[in-house]
Amino acid sequence: MRSQALRGQYALVGMAESAVGVVPDKSPRELCVEVTLNAVKDAGLSLADCDGLITCNAFAEPILYHAEAVAEYLGWQPRHCVTVNTGGGTTFMAINMAIAAIAAGMADTIVVAMADSLRSFMTRDQAMVVQSSSGHPHYEQPYGPTVPAYYALIARAHMDRFGTTEAQFAEAAVSCRAWANQHPKAQKRELITVDDVLQSRPIADPLKVLDCSLVSDGGAAVVITRRERAQDGPHKPIYVLGYGEGHAYEHISQAKDLTTSAAVLAGDAAYAAAGLTPDQIDLMQLYDCFTPALLIQLEDLGFCRKGEGGDFLASGVTRPGGSKPLNTHGGMLSHCHPGNPGAMFGLTEAMLQMRGAAQARQLADIQTALCHAQGGIMSSHATLILGVEETL
Amino acid sequence: MTRPTPIPTPTEQPFYDGCQRGELVLQHCNHCQHVVFYPRTHCDACQSDSLAWRVASGEGVIATYTVVRRGVSADFPAPYIIALIDLAEGPRMMTQIIDAEPEAVSSGLSVRVDFESWSDNITLPVFRLLPVQVP
Repeated sequence: MRSQALRGQYALVGMAESAVGVVPDKSPRELCVEVTLNAVKDAGLSLADCDGLITCNAFAEPILYHAEAVAEYLGWQPRHCVTVNTGGGTTFMAINMAIAAIAAGMADTIVVAMADSLRSFMTRDQAMVVQSSSGHPHYEQPYGPTVPAYYALIARAHMDRFGTTEAQFAEAAVSCRAWANQHPKAQKRELITVDDVLQSRPIADPLKVLDCSLVSDGGAAVVITRRERAQDGPHKPIYVLGYGEGHAYEHISQAKDLTTSAAVLAGDAAYAAAGLTPDQIDLMQLYDCFTPALLIQLEDLGFCRKGEGGDFLASGVTRPGGSKPLNTHGGMLSHCHPGNPGAMFGLTEAMLQMRGAAQARQLADIQTALCHAQGGIMSSHATLILGVEETL
Repeated sequence: MTRPTPIPTPTEQPFYDGCQRGELVLQHCNHCQHVVFYPRTHCDACQSDSLAWRVASGEGVIATYTVVRRGVSADFPAPYIIALIDLAEGPRMMTQIIDAEPEAVSSGLSVRVDFESWSDNITLPVFRLLPVQVP
């Protein structure tokens, strides 16, 4: 979506979240089925009204033709049915692919559904190994890097270059937890302090366990359709104003720059398409797999200057009551992180906030939201900017 | 379980043959002089397929590093040090820093390649801190 031609032409009209955290009673496929049906129902539609399904695969229950398997389970034969696998960035790339499919006439109303169960359907060791398998099999994995270790390399580079401190990274975890404290379904809700983060178990220096996102079960789905079909549902349509991608490399050892990511490219494209600037974004929903990733995205997406992410977080503006609300569901650091579906909850939370349905954590008058996701080790990035009717 | 061990492709084989001999070898592009790592069929700067293997100096500088406190599996007893090394010839590579106290490691320090056996027929480059030069 490079030009503004598609701005406001497509809308999110339905959403659903499963229970998250530890959800042992349903397989990943069953969670995907559940949220598909609930999102369609939330949109005031039936499956027969929808003709597209986009899913991502599940680590805990890999299926060769995943989207087809979910549709088959439901006895549904959508016209357009495809599985997308671009790591953590899958969520927003799938939204863009849904828009492209609708624009191309391949479907009119598409469900994007994702679920995985890293917590209950894998052992912790299996989850660790499968996630670490993103490393290059010949030039990284033999040395034993973990996913936290990859992000620790980035964190150290940022500390060396800009003087960022471990306490400033910890502020990201503290902020997300403060929001999760207000979310009844969040996996981790008890408030934490910077000192709690600093004193938590070392994982890969400088990262401690509270700098790392959760290992969770869970799924979420959204329904997307054309603007003209979006007017009859029970909820306010949430419009896609802009979208952008950036792809810099796959493996962290091939990164040309460790402290500035291709989120810059994704953000620039999305802002241009939306005709908005960072200061016009009411709500940030960023990809907090590890605290340094969140800090760097704040810089790369223009919410603060390069090198000043630590000061920005430490100022407290992202916490409840602050002027720059960030990850108001608690993010993947505190709400849940079931793997590839992780960013779905940033999207569904943005929809809840824009609908005015976020209960205790509801913010006043959220008209625009920026949702960002990334795959790999800050490798590939996708930025989605949303707006309510008044922003069109 | 054992540590993950590469199964080299024909393109990569000279790199691993070099490691087995105790030499770090890198591909140099005959067209644009770019030094290529990891081994490839084409230069990642100009896409030329004319690449020549040359022995590298084995010297580099730590670009960034981490001390892994929770190993990826039982085959990797923690702590161990993972680093990205900027080689003197230009490319960056991931490695382990061996025989170093975690407290002794920092970005910018000079390192030199060494080689460690990973299996019967695979040897991999690892790095050691160079002794600090006292003027």
